[in-house]
Amino acid sequence: MTTKKFMMVNRKAPYGTIYAWEALEVVLIAAAFEQDVSLAFLDDGVYQLKKGHQTKGIEVKAFEKTWGALEDYDVTKLYVAQESLAERGLTADDLAVPVEVLSRADIGKLMEEQDVLLSF
Amino acid sequence: MLHIINKSPYDRPALDSVLATGEGAILLIEDGVYAAAKGGAEESKIKGAMGKFKFYALTVDLEARGIADRVMDGITVVDYAGFVDLVADNKTCQSWL
Repeated sequence: MTTKKFMMVNRKAPYGTIYAWEALEVVLIAAAFEQDVSLAFLDDGVYQLKKGHQTKGIEVKAFEKTWGALEDYDVTKLYVAQESLAERGLTADDLAVPVEVLSRADIGKLMEEQDVLLSF
Repeated sequence: MLHIINKSPYDRPALDSVLATGEGAILLIEDGVYAAAKGGAEESKIKGAMGKFKFYALTVDLEARGIADRVMDGITVVDYAGFVDLVADNKTCQSWL
């Protein structure tokens, strides 16, 4: 099978809309087909990775454990925009999993290298 | 008037639209609760509006997003019963979708 470079671009906060979950579904599908998958988190998408989600009160499943499981699918490339973290008063220490924090410009360069970009 | 905001202030201008109405109470729910978190670029805007607006944020939505421990001073945290009280105590309420 041909391997292509897929990047899922996450720009939405979790829970308020279904986009974040849909992105995760597509990541797992692409990984199951042994594609070269990476995730970029920009704008409110960085909130998806915030640690300490306690979702019992809103009765939905939390994201945190799923991020940790991505490694089992060989999905290890998580890129987070530095500017988006800073604007929201967050740092890499506030995130649930290890990520690579990059400038938006550097993420832009990575986007240029992809075969397929899917935006959520 | 109670204004209910469910959109992140970093994604949509709903909060700006409400602040432009002048005065009242603002309840932040769902993704709107991100406005209540300390340290972000929106903080000074909310601090500046506290004289004219009373701010509330829904606990379960803060907890779900992992920001219940960083709510800025001057914002009252409420549960669902508190949400009902706010709706009952204000003559009108408006949800800014």
